[in-house]
Amino acid sequence: MIELIPKSPLHGHEPLDIGGVHFFEINAGAMTSLLPYKGKANALSKALQKCHDVSLPEPNRTTGKTGARVIWFGREHTLLMGPEPNTSLAKHAALVDQTDSWTVAELRGEKAEAVLSRLCPLDLRSAVFKRGHTGRTELSHMMASVTRIGVQSFQIMVFRSMVKTLTHDMQVAMESVAARK
Amino acid sequence: MRLAGQGLINRDEQIRFTFDGRWYRGFKGDTLASALMANDVQVVARSFKYHRPRGIFGCGSEEPNALVTLGRGAGQEPNARATTVELYEGLEAYSQNAWPNLDFDLLAINDLAAPFLGAGFYYKTFMWPQKFWEKLYEPLIRRAAGLGEISPQEHELKHEKAYAFCDLLVIGGGPAGLMAAWIAAQSGADVILADEDTVLGGRLNAERLEVDGQPGSAWAVDMARRLSNTENVRLMTRTTITGAYDQGTYGALERIAPDVAAREGAPKTCFWRIAAKRAVLAAGAMERPIAFSNNDRPGVMLAAAARAYANRWCTAPGKQVAVFCNNADGHRTAADLQAAGAEVVALIDTRPEATSDLDVPFYAGGQVKGTRGRSGLKSITLQASGKEMKIETDVLAVSGGWNPSVHLTCHMGGRPIWNEEIAAFLPKANAVPGLEACGAANGTFSTHAAMQSGAQSALNALSALGLKHPKYKLPKAENEAYSISPFWVVEGKGRAWLDFQNDVTVKDVRQAATENFRSVEHMKRYTTQGMAPDQGKNSNINALAVLAGATGETIPATGTTTYRPPFVPVPIGAMGAGGSGIGFAPQRFITSHEATLASGAPMIEAGLWYRPSYFPLSGENNWRQSCDREVEMVREALGVCDVSTLGKIDVQGPDAESFLDFVYTNKMSTMKQGRVRYGLMLREDGFVMDDGTCARLSDNHFLVTTTTAAAGQVMRHFEFVHQCLRPAWNVRFVSVTEQWAQFAVAGPKSLELLQNLLGQGLERADWPFMSCGDVEIGDVAARLFRISFSGELGWELAVPSRYGAALFDHLLRLAEELGGGPYGMEALNVLRLEKGFITHAEIDGRVTAKDLGMGAMMSPSKDFIGKTMAMRPGLTEDKRGHIIGLKTIGSVKQLIAGAHLFEPGMEPVSENSLGYISSVGYSPTLSRMVGLGFLQNGHARIGEPVRMVEHLSGVIANCEVVHPVQFDQDGGRMRD
Repeated sequence: MIELIPKSPLHGHEPLDIGGVHFFEINAGAMTSLLPYKGKANALSKALQKCHDVSLPEPNRTTGKTGARVIWFGREHTLLMGPEPNTSLAKHAALVDQTDSWTVAELRGEKAEAVLSRLCPLDLRSAVFKRGHTGRTELSHMMASVTRIGVQSFQIMVFRSMVKTLTHDMQVAMESVAARK
Repeated sequence: MRLAGQGLINRDEQIRFTFDGRWYRGFKGDTLASALMANDVQVVARSFKYHRPRGIFGCGSEEPNALVTLGRGAGQEPNARATTVELYEGLEAYSQNAWPNLDFDLLAINDLAAPFLGAGFYYKTFMWPQKFWEKLYEPLIRRAAGLGEISPQEHELKHEKAYAFCDLLVIGGGPAGLMAAWIAAQSGADVILADEDTVLGGRLNAERLEVDGQPGSAWAVDMARRLSNTENVRLMTRTTITGAYDQGTYGALERIAPDVAAREGAPKTCFWRIAAKRAVLAAGAMERPIAFSNNDRPGVMLAAAARAYANRWCTAPGKQVAVFCNNADGHRTAADLQAAGAEVVALIDTRPEATSDLDVPFYAGGQVKGTRGRSGLKSITLQASGKEMKIETDVLAVSGGWNPSVHLTCHMGGRPIWNEEIAAFLPKANAVPGLEACGAANGTFSTHAAMQSGAQSALNALSALGLKHPKYKLPKAENEAYSISPFWVVEGKGRAWLDFQNDVTVKDVRQAATENFRSVEHMKRYTTQGMAPDQGKNSNINALAVLAGATGETIPATGTTTYRPPFVPVPIGAMGAGGSGIGFAPQRFITSHEATLASGAPMIEAGLWYRPSYFPLSGENNWRQSCDREVEMVREALGVCDVSTLGKIDVQGPDAESFLDFVYTNKMSTMKQGRVRYGLMLREDGFVMDDGTCARLSDNHFLVTTTTAAAGQVMRHFEFVHQCLRPAWNVRFVSVTEQWAQFAVAGPKSLELLQNLLGQGLERADWPFMSCGDVEIGDVAARLFRISFSGELGWELAVPSRYGAALFDHLLRLAEELGGGPYGMEALNVLRLEKGFITHAEIDGRVTAKDLGMGAMMSPSKDFIGKTMAMRPGLTEDKRGHIIGLKTIGSVKQLIAGAHLFEPGMEPVSENSLGYISSVGYSPTLSRMVGLGFLQNGHARIGEPVRMVEHLSGVIANCEVVHPVQFDQDGGRMRD
């Protein structure tokens, strides 16, 4: 029998560790687009709560935590990260597997915010972009999802195919910030 | 020469640098300008047009004369203002616009020809003969005129761009800005304080004024320390706010400190986009000169700059100093330079009523009529009390008053307002929403008043932000009144300069008025006053005052030219930081990228994707050899191709089929589960937008594929249709392009490969042409589609992307066992051309379904996007180009894409063109070139001769119009 060996998006890329800032891949588990049908957002939220102990987030927000997190992902679009979705959710929403669509990485460190501000036009100040806040935004020239998952850490997602550009641009920004210390 | 005293330089830290190849020494804290002055380098540049020797004139970013080039070779930086260049060890600076050198410049001959080179000279002189302009005049002028040059070599200077956000942006760190930032910071507001200088303090660093009983500069250091210890304050020194834009956005250029910029990975500049809820403009004011005969000699400089050099950098351009002013502020220069040890030989004030307590020769109501000394000031001619006298001096410090830095307040169309009392323009309130000017930028000149107005602006901003006003106490500072009597020009013989950077004189401006260029905007363009790097910072107000005098208008009626961003020159590299080389655009790689590279395949870009062109085998040294082999391989055995780049959209919901019926010309609702249909989408204007397949995975679940190039466009179109045209429909869709790695397996032996791969009975009968379904590869769930873009028995197999690389390896191994292998874009193109399948070479946005021979796919029984517009007469008439195939029938066997088609015997001119060729390739299957193109009424012309003419290369070929499908016309190979 043929066995297909999986490769994660950042396979072959060493984690970056520059100037006290770390950039590394996260295994976020399964990722599923939840696209609630007309008028079904509340029902979906309840079902999510029941099956996965998370609710449906408001725009630009996330719910849950590492292991089972739902992030707002666009208009009438959230992304369940972590568990395989319970099939009962399909009553309320279109469920689309996106596990392999996105590179998921974390940027962590005291200067993580300074690094991201070189790449991303979001207002990332901790009082404005708090833990649990998320945005679909531009990262360098890529469309991305940026989420604050800790005081000094951000979850960063870009298309799987763009991982080389992500690591390149991230390294340039990290070196630039490190040089200013 | 270096004076005694401490200033703000560190004499313990010596720095060596070169200017025009000669070594000099300066101190930490020096600018290039102050260090050159300390080394008695008087001539630092040659002027733009007349190549006159020029010296340092100012001490900030407004400097018109001392422009230098930093470094040599790739990455050299032209037009750096020596007054803002921070000195660092090993700095290399070069003078500009002089040949062979600064001391002996051959083009100074222009100066002798000055009577002929006035305003409008070019426009009048270089008119005839017309053809001389491009070949002779323009190159000559370009050689003679100009400033620094960039290097034509590619360089790797690193620039950076970044975003910042704050509640309050304070622009300028002088007394007003420091007070504003401090007060706002006390209330908890997020404050950014930006200043051009390397240190905060503004004019406090240049004056001998005291604040709260300590030297002003020391007070500024103390404030800077307190601010930097405040968490909600961000101090950005070396940062010039370059423009004010919509929604409280400001552009800013940060020059990275030289020691930092020298580090590995460090940028040289950073272009910031700062979004601020409110802003305070505390940018200060710029001193203006007075025009008089030969006022451009090295040694003539701005009065406040002269005392800044003495007080801050302990240097002066000479031992003897004369001061010429029309306001009280100029007297400070005489006092400060005297205190610094210079001999003040004259204090000349144009105001007859002016008085002075200083122990210097004082001339109230006096005027400087002229100067002597070509490469350095030797003497001035003074007219006072009806007498003329010559006074020997090295330095003439001039003050014509102060112009508030209103620039940013004008960036959104606001015009400044003339104020008689200070004889200067003031910012118009609210000209930039959320921005308030204060301090000298708002015409409030004393230190006390500036601090007070800075404080008030901060309080106003806090009120607007809904923040509390903190308690504060203004420090004690001088509060002298500013008195001025406007004085622009000393009349007399000789040229009196207004714009030093562009060599524009009083006479030029008057000449413009005489020739009826009376509007200030016309005068600017006729004389070039106010252009170039300094954008007239020193000269605009004086020039318009002279123009007003010449036209008999008042200054406010004459008005200013438009102040536009950027406030200082910004390198294009900084604005586009990170965008060169591979930073230009994201790169998208397929999961088989590594394996493809390992096999030696050259990659071509398709959108942002990189796809293999062909897979060369050893012995193949030409792409055609590889391509031909790959085509034959697919036709005779099988080939494998990564097609993951095609767009994939997952569509679900109760109204999914209605939605798809609405976006496709043909019906998808009648398709059964497990089937795939080819579909065509039109734009709203009735032209074809894209084509692809649509698979029905389950009752309410479809998978749409798009072309690689149009994936984003189709997704956007879907969003538009759903959100704007059919918002009530319960349909959901999302891109899954990246989720699936998809491989085409095509050829007569493709079924055998799949059977070997899946290890299960895959019966042809169970998988008819245009069917789809789930399969398992080992324990990985995959999707299989029986579709073909090659015309052979064909499949596309999709797995989640993480398995893409592994599956590709297995497919190649299995293919090789059966005599097959990978094929690239070149072979894919030939295969589809033989079959007459279209790509965006054909659907280029100008063709209709009918043009493509797909009129029958426009369903008559439903509405769809573009249907009505596609019925327009112009889109349906027979004389439109129809898709046709082409083969050559004469001795010339070549077909060229882009060539036009003509009736044999007709002259090949555009009026006679019957159509064009959209794509061509060599078909090893048919042993000839095959082409697709569009020909007027082409469907009816099959079998007729046409002539291909390719005007660029001159190739002419006799062709026969054939059916677009040139191989296996009934499609048996892929269907059965």
